Amino acid sequence: MNSLFEFFSFSDPNIRFVVIGSVLLTASSAIVGSFTFLNKKSLVGDAIAHAVLPGICLGFMLSGTKNPVFLIGGAFITGWISLVLVEYITSKTRIKEDTAIGLILSVFFGIGILLLTVIQKSGNAAQSGLDHFLFGKAASLVGDDLYTFAAVAIALLIAVFLFFKEFTLLAFDKDYARAIGLPVKRIELILTSLIVLAVVIGIQAVGVVLMAAILITPAAAARFWTDRVRIMILLASVFGAISGLAGAYISYTAPQMPTGPWIVIVISMIAFVSFFFAPRRGVVSRLLRQYTIRRTINDENILKALYQLGEENKNFFIQRYPDEIIRKRKFEKDNLLKVLKRLRAQGYVESSGNLWGLTEEGKTRGQRVVKIHRLWEMYLTTQLHIAPDHVHEDADTIEHLLTPELEAELERLLDYPKQDPHRSEIPYK
Amino acid sequence: MNDIYIIITASLVATTCGLLGCFLILRKMAMVGDAISHAVLPGIVLAFLFSGSRDSVTMLLGAGLIGILTTFLIEFFHKKARLQTDASIGVTFTWLFAVGVVLISLFAGKVDLDQDCVLYGEIAYVPLDIIILDNGTNIGPKAIYVMGTIFLLILVFIIAFYKELFLTTFDPAFANAIGISTALWHYLLMSAVSATTVASFESVGAILVVALLIAPAATAYLITDNLKWMMVIAAISGIISSITGYYLAVWLDGSIAGAIATCAGILFGLTLVFSPTHGLVFKKINALEVSTKPSN
Repeated sequence: MNSLFEFFSFSDPNIRFVVIGSVLLTASSAIVGSFTFLNKKSLVGDAIAHAVLPGICLGFMLSGTKNPVFLIGGAFITGWISLVLVEYITSKTRIKEDTAIGLILSVFFGIGILLLTVIQKSGNAAQSGLDHFLFGKAASLVGDDLYTFAAVAIALLIAVFLFFKEFTLLAFDKDYARAIGLPVKRIELILTSLIVLAVVIGIQAVGVVLMAAILITPAAAARFWTDRVRIMILLASVFGAISGLAGAYISYTAPQMPTGPWIVIVISMIAFVSFFFAPRRGVVSRLLRQYTIRRTINDENILKALYQLGEENKNFFIQRYPDEIIRKRKFEKDNLLKVLKRLRAQGYVESSGNLWGLTEEGKTRGQRVVKIHRLWEMYLTTQLHIAPDHVHEDADTIEHLLTPELEAELERLLDYPKQDPHRSEIPYK
Repeated sequence: MNDIYIIITASLVATTCGLLGCFLILRKMAMVGDAISHAVLPGIVLAFLFSGSRDSVTMLLGAGLIGILTTFLIEFFHKKARLQTDASIGVTFTWLFAVGVVLISLFAGKVDLDQDCVLYGEIAYVPLDIIILDNGTNIGPKAIYVMGTIFLLILVFIIAFYKELFLTTFDPAFANAIGISTALWHYLLMSAVSATTVASFESVGAILVVALLIAPAATAYLITDNLKWMMVIAAISGIISSITGYYLAVWLDGSIAGAIATCAGILFGLTLVFSPTHGLVFKKINALEVSTKPSN
């Protein structure tokens, strides 16, 4: 607890550095990653992340120092080459994109590992810490390195801000972008360079192996909360920043722990919560909605059956045995009784013993369903010219879904027809 | 003798991976294979903690289950949460891999694994762990027997169920129509991939196993249109990569697994340019011939 307090008071300048650094890195990766996600190129991000390793090693081998300018430069070059190769292989041969990505990713990483082990055995004392690029170490972000990385992160943010409209347009409608004369190729080039840059600095925090996670997981999580790009990117950066902060804290309290995996676990937890519990798009809310709809359909089908039985006798309030309802429309008996009891509790049906009949409310609701069904059949046959024997199934679905506004419009459009295509009377009030 | 042992182990890994890789590529599931190879890590660490050793059947079974779990999670996020496939793969495997690495750090004292081993294996140590029979005869490294068993199992699996694998790969609709469950074979194949990944893990690590799954198969795919030949060529190119990779590593004094992946990549590059059927040079020549042919 003590360390928690110490950490979040930010009194130690080193802590302040590390926090600013890792939050900047994760947040800027999340922002750039949002566009990777929207372009459905998440795995390309993964490929670049692995492919920068040989570049970092080469940068080190050629310069002999861990000067970030050389490392970033090398990483930038091999990251770019990997992308070009993926695109080249996909377009020039019959190899599919996913195979090309996996191939380039693993081979480049293999080359990187080979170079890294060669460097480690070369005895150059400056090499220690180079393996932090594998799993990341936020705590190593101090001093001059931090200024370089912070500068790159800020440059990324400014670039995204400047090209926001173009990037968004490209992600959603490339053809339109081309049609209005945007230089699509050049904008893609800029975006890709930004992704490579984001990867290059992001691996400081999480390492090459897990870099893909801080690019795309925040965006994937944010996507579940909103349909608006601006809000999505804002949320993604906040999620990224939270995980970066967590990473810095873990790096501080448990220096022997690799930071990257913890950052990824934090951001993944945020993502899983979003996948399951986000309103509207989340799994739980989706299932709940399905359940409600299925329940409504069940309820209305029984009310409809009772109403149609009533039509035959010209008396809607006769009480009947469940078997009679089943003869009109097929229901499972246990289920039917369960739903009937629920409808009774809601005041749509009444019962005496095992006899069930509609109440006034039940009749109104059943009647509305029957009316929409027949109006829809009318609409399909007269307006869309579909044969009358083909319209029933469609109407059976729409009768539960049509809103009152559309219902009114349908009535107006068809001018209150008396009968449906099968010559059944359409019941109005 | 040591280099022969290492080359044999690497070749066994490469051949097994190459065979399975052909199916992964043809089913457009290369990245799912990549995801599985990362995702088995937590399974390996947990199995380690429970059983206390590396070479247990439990571990292989556990790996099979984790492979199925990974595949299931990817599909679950895609179908139930409507997450796009690429993101679904990316989120799932990075998470499982991160959990694995953290578990290793947490139980560093109890688990005989470290982060470097996870990344590129310890194939150089293969000759150190040898089996000595009761009468004192040295019958060679354990890794060869483990990998050899896996290789035979996979080979038998592919030969025995060739028809099912073939049909579900190329014509899933037809396979379903004649009563072969695509889902069953999908999951069986994924379990085979996870079992292979786990068995190869110690030798080449989690990420380089991907290189051996994909690169030799992709190389073969650029040479032939016949699945059987594709598997043979993938196996051969895996073996070539292992041998050249080993000597490259010795020459440079670097990671053997890294060098094998490098050679697999080089072999692919050469095939890409010079393949007699799908290579770039050949295509160019063909195009020239067509354009220079007098039109009549």
